[in-house]
Amino acid sequence: MSLLNSRVDGRVDGLSGRRRTLAQSLHLDIPLLVCLLALAGTSLFVLYSASGQNIDIIERQAVRLLIGFIILLALAQIHIATLLRWTPAIFIIGILLLISVLVFGETGKGAQRWLDIGIARFQPSEIMKLAVPMMVAWYLNEQALPPKMRRLFVAGLMILVPTLLIIKQPDLGTAILVASAGVFVLLFAGIQWQLMAGFGALAAASAPVLWHSMHEYQRQRVLTFLNPEQDPLGSGYHIIQSKIAIGSGGLYGKGWLNGTQSQLNFLPERSTDFIFAAYAEEFGLLGIVLLLVAYLLVIIRGLIIAAQAQDTYSRLLAGSLVMTFFIYVFVNIGMVTGLLPVVGLPLPLVSYGGTSMVTLMAGFGILMSIHTHRKLLPR
Amino acid sequence: MALYNSNNTLKDHFRETRLFTTRAVFALILTIALMLVLLGRLVNLQVLEHDTYKVLSDRNRIHIRPITPTRGLIYDRNGVLLAQNLPSFSLDIVPEQIEDMDDTIKQLAELIAINEDDIQAFKVRLKKASRRHKPVSLRSRLSDEEVARFAVNRHRFTGVEAVARLYRHYPQGSLGVHALGYVGRINERELQQIDPTNYEGTNYIGKTGLEKFYEDLLHGEVGIEQVETNAQGRTLRALDSTPPIPGLNLHLSLDIELQRIAENAFGKDNGALVAIDPINGDVLALVSMPTFDPNLFVGGINSKTYKGLQNSRNQPLFNRALRGRYPPGSTLKPFFGLAGLEYGLIQPGMTTYCPGWYMLDGDDRKYRDWKKQGHKTVDLTKALVESCDVYFYDLALTLGIDRISQFMEPFGFNDLTGIDTSGELTGLMPSREWKRKARHQPWYPGETLITGIGQGFTLTTPLQLASATAALSLYGQQLRPRLVAATEDPDSNERVWLPAAPNIAVPIVNIINWEYIIRAMTKVVHSPHGTARRISQGAKFKIAGKTGTAQVFGIKQDEEYVAEDIEKHLRDHALFIGFAPVENPRIAIAVVVENGGSGGAVAAPIARKIMDHYIESLAEEQSATAQGGGS
Repeated sequence: MSLLNSRVDGRVDGLSGRRRTLAQSLHLDIPLLVCLLALAGTSLFVLYSASGQNIDIIERQAVRLLIGFIILLALAQIHIATLLRWTPAIFIIGILLLISVLVFGETGKGAQRWLDIGIARFQPSEIMKLAVPMMVAWYLNEQALPPKMRRLFVAGLMILVPTLLIIKQPDLGTAILVASAGVFVLLFAGIQWQLMAGFGALAAASAPVLWHSMHEYQRQRVLTFLNPEQDPLGSGYHIIQSKIAIGSGGLYGKGWLNGTQSQLNFLPERSTDFIFAAYAEEFGLLGIVLLLVAYLLVIIRGLIIAAQAQDTYSRLLAGSLVMTFFIYVFVNIGMVTGLLPVVGLPLPLVSYGGTSMVTLMAGFGILMSIHTHRKLLPR
Repeated sequence: MALYNSNNTLKDHFRETRLFTTRAVFALILTIALMLVLLGRLVNLQVLEHDTYKVLSDRNRIHIRPITPTRGLIYDRNGVLLAQNLPSFSLDIVPEQIEDMDDTIKQLAELIAINEDDIQAFKVRLKKASRRHKPVSLRSRLSDEEVARFAVNRHRFTGVEAVARLYRHYPQGSLGVHALGYVGRINERELQQIDPTNYEGTNYIGKTGLEKFYEDLLHGEVGIEQVETNAQGRTLRALDSTPPIPGLNLHLSLDIELQRIAENAFGKDNGALVAIDPINGDVLALVSMPTFDPNLFVGGINSKTYKGLQNSRNQPLFNRALRGRYPPGSTLKPFFGLAGLEYGLIQPGMTTYCPGWYMLDGDDRKYRDWKKQGHKTVDLTKALVESCDVYFYDLALTLGIDRISQFMEPFGFNDLTGIDTSGELTGLMPSREWKRKARHQPWYPGETLITGIGQGFTLTTPLQLASATAALSLYGQQLRPRLVAATEDPDSNERVWLPAAPNIAVPIVNIINWEYIIRAMTKVVHSPHGTARRISQGAKFKIAGKTGTAQVFGIKQDEEYVAEDIEKHLRDHALFIGFAPVENPRIAIAVVVENGGSGGAVAAPIARKIMDHYIESLAEEQSATAQGGGS
């Protein structure tokens, strides 16, 4: 290892012999970075309109994005082997934090999600978005793929335990993300389709149990999703106003700062979870196609990074992080357009605030680390 | 190292890579497929159902608001402002946006004086409000301080706003109130009659007088404004608007100075006076005493004040000039005299002997003259100058009730004069047919007798008397009395003068008869025995007139009076009709002073004061135009 490190210090690409570029020395992947910056720029631009030209909010979001990119940069420097080493410890700490949230956690908006660590409050469930796929990938990395049944069972427990702990908080959105992050690792690990179908059936069968364990407001959300017009002034209001905003935007949109639904406060939560509706109203279908293309490029680049990764752990983790990112996009847009129930997931990188921004950027940092450290790994 | 701790790992590396690539391609396909699902949903919302959502979005934000037209102003004939609009703030509440109304009112009451009456009235209006998103006003005419205090706390009160409105104000107060009338809040019944669109933003409507009669002209037409509102219902900007058409200003024929002199001339007496310019029907003064302040009614009068006005024995709310039906007494004698002459039943030289009483054949009842000892030998002139009753008993009998009612009809004694203000009542000129219909009784000769001195069933309003006097002064030419001389477009200040409207003239048999009567009426004022001789003193012009005294006691038809305290009200009503200058009449007046006693002593002097002022002002006007023309 010390020999390998000395080559890094020498700043010479071992294969091409060329001087390393700045991006390479910072362990950044330019195509991915450009896409992320484009989305972050879009965020500030849309937020300026959706917040009612509130400079304060723009500044805060800009600071948050900056912190996100710093974290990205920091994680990109960490060698993937280091991450692998630390994986079990991170996972166990995460689980302990989740348990302590249930015991000592602070309640915010009817759910126990926060843990006060003196300086700031944070959500341990965010850690699990990364820790669960890392743990599953670490576990599956130990043996040849596709995994055996016994291993799958253990991996399943690694997913199920944190997911149930998060549902208990309750935080349905994060639970879905954590579970799917784990499941995506299994998917990329080459789990048989029959087994996938079996899991699916099991999930469907557990729906009544899930329904029973849900909080009243979660049930209400599902009911509202099924029939939003039933309660137009209560919980259905969000969806109705959101659909009006999107629909009235039309092909070309009403123009920046001209969205009547968002500018006149008809659209609730237009800076956070429903920012997509504000965007769709002002920029229309054409703007949406551009936005979706940006997201798709991030995903394609992420999958390429995963496919080019040189070890199982990196591949599985990268693939899972990329697809989790897509889950964000799909669930948020699906919810805002009325295809899915209101689960309270932000539009990644565009929605205002959210601790999820930090987690997402950390994930992209790991992706960049995987990609930029790869040639230094021996085969 | 963990990466290489399994024996199988290195061996299966190629297979694993291929497996992963297959899965990655599958993940990409899944991603694209799901994105296409989202895109399909968005195409559905934004393209296929775009029109529906566009309408929903507009309906969300666009509201149609009325713009209240400014009510027309009212000026007197010399341009003195009589009715205007002053801005004030009122506190409006949109019921739909209030969660706890009582609590909101309680909190508002900490900032703004809101009493029980306000709350009661508000609750009544709230109950009647058909649409919950329409503002209902809680208090009007907020003070500047209250407006400021509310503005500071406005953020606490969603659905409550201080709205600037114009309210009607009558700067002359009670002066001329019975001609002008007043506006008040629109009530249930009025709501049925008005065009709801046009009155969308209007709070007030003409309740009486000119304000009521000219409501259509004064009100104008509502404008419409399309405004954009936010989710809280606050107006943000106007998108499109059709400006309102303001109501027309009215220029009256009324002379407010003359009105003031007339009202003052009554002193503490109750009564009425109408002064008309015979040549165009201009009503120069229209007095009903006592008066009241119309400003009390504008913001909604409180029930205590209203009851006080309504129950007052002096009946200030009662418009005596238009609705007071008084027995005309001797003021009708000139008309009966003219009837006798025109029918050819009497000649100027013919005399009757007056012993102080009159008796019908086959009847023991003595019909007394007001002068116990009698007027001795009287001709028509002397009968008018001294107001001999016996002469007219005899004349009435000669004429008979049919001819009397037939002759009086064209003077309008049985009709409305058609004055352009609301509330006018007709008088009553009895006839054989009327009595059969109304009383189911035949006509008795004794009733003809007392009709001859303006008593019995006969009732006239002061307006009718003045109008008939004006017709007499112009030898039968009569014009409809009018209060409004011109309308004015408030934007262009263009005036439209309303033409004088002639009523059907009284037919003339022989003009000499008319001249005779007018000469006799002049002698009533200007001869030493005339009953109104005291007003001839110092007169710079010739006045023709006739005094009258009407018995109050024992008159059954008098419905309008509260005659509870008969002892105090036993005195007769004093009446006077007259016009001046005799040669070129410009003012005809009827005066009634309730319980005033003698017409000559009480009513005539009031008329004289008004004639003096008006004729003087005419002369000034003339000399002013003459000078203007000369220079």
